[in-house]
Amino acid sequence: MNLLFTLIGIVAFAVLAPCVGCLLAGLDRVISARMQGRVGPPLLQPYYDVRKLLQKEAASVNKVEDTYITCALVLSIVAGGIFFSGGNLLFSIFIITLSGLFFIVAAYSSRSPYAEVGAHRETLQVMAYEPMMLFMAVAFYLASGTFNSAGALFFAVPAVTVLWPVFLGFMFVLTIKLRKSPFDLSYSHHAHQDLVKGITTEMSGPTLAKVEIMHWCENVLFLGWTGLFFIWANPASIVLAIVVVLAVYFLEIWIDNNFARVKWQFLLRSAWIVALVCGLVNIGFLMYL
Amino acid sequence: MSFASKSPWVIHYDASSCNGCDIEVLATLCPGFDAERFGVINTGNPKHADIFLVTGSVNERNIKVIQEIYDQMLEPKVVVACGICACSGGIFHDCYNVLGGVDKAIPVDVYAPGCAIRPETIIDAVVEAVGVLEEKARAMKEKEQGE
Repeated sequence: MNLLFTLIGIVAFAVLAPCVGCLLAGLDRVISARMQGRVGPPLLQPYYDVRKLLQKEAASVNKVEDTYITCALVLSIVAGGIFFSGGNLLFSIFIITLSGLFFIVAAYSSRSPYAEVGAHRETLQVMAYEPMMLFMAVAFYLASGTFNSAGALFFAVPAVTVLWPVFLGFMFVLTIKLRKSPFDLSYSHHAHQDLVKGITTEMSGPTLAKVEIMHWCENVLFLGWTGLFFIWANPASIVLAIVVVLAVYFLEIWIDNNFARVKWQFLLRSAWIVALVCGLVNIGFLMYL
Repeated sequence: MSFASKSPWVIHYDASSCNGCDIEVLATLCPGFDAERFGVINTGNPKHADIFLVTGSVNERNIKVIQEIYDQMLEPKVVVACGICACSGGIFHDCYNVLGGVDKAIPVDVYAPGCAIRPETIIDAVVEAVGVLEEKARAMKEKEQGE
């Protein structure tokens, strides 16, 4: 029964997340343009981009790159399905990391210098955000007694009341996960960067379209994790969670437009310091007080 | 209508331009003209781009680079010669090292003159290029269906 529920969740996520993610990406581009004093593209521009990429000539530097990217896309959908059907949060985190690893391997497989530097940086980003992700899962377990995201539906008060340091830490690494400047080292939404297109340098046409769709699904999942902090037994909390998620997304766009890219040393150091301080202190309080 | 015309991603290459046209190309993407209204993105990556904007004339040193970038772009693709030097060699046409316009290296679809080219001309040229792109996308689709 539980498995069936998860499968339904995965199918629903596969259908809905690209739609929601696409609209969020379009919103991002319009808001970014307005922040820069421009009119910006239509809301559905990311959809047009992906449809165009799917129509382009299919070409790849090797035979495995597209397979790796397909695996990454499928795994990101599985991770999202597990989380949104109330499944195991820790499992969802591990699967989305596996998806990230497939993405990295796809870039390495091309043997292109630019793609390889992008893949190195993506690996560093995984190193930077992963501790905070695990602390988040552990803290959620300590607060709710279960790793299942559905556990939040039985809270008397939202998780953020006892997990606010973890929430702040999570907000910090969310900038890395959403690929926003100053932490968009491996692959930026903006063209004028030091590394051409970083990790996606050798990906083109339909393969690049899959990367875009994966990015939309990931964004929905990460924003879902953000919303989890604001869910409790009251059904109205879902509305509150959506409002908070939209506010957080706006904040991320604002950060993206106002901060220049940092070096990887700063990224790694700051992400780990934030994870250790916010994560461990919060977990310590939950365990011993 | 195909989606090729709704998201024309460009790559810009400075062949041997005096930088006048290059500044105008970048200015087109700035708030004053905002080419992103039409979905234009400057990708900086031939594998992601649909429209190849070349500024400056072709010489022995850069002809291979232009051809390489063109070869790396995936169909459907369109080439726009930006500025009079890219169209015909311009005032440099009789220099001993200049071969001529971009059409000496690769097939050019749209010629956009000017010294320096105006952002309005670039937008016009890109709109024209989008029409060609559309045609090529349709031809590609028909060929696929025919096979």
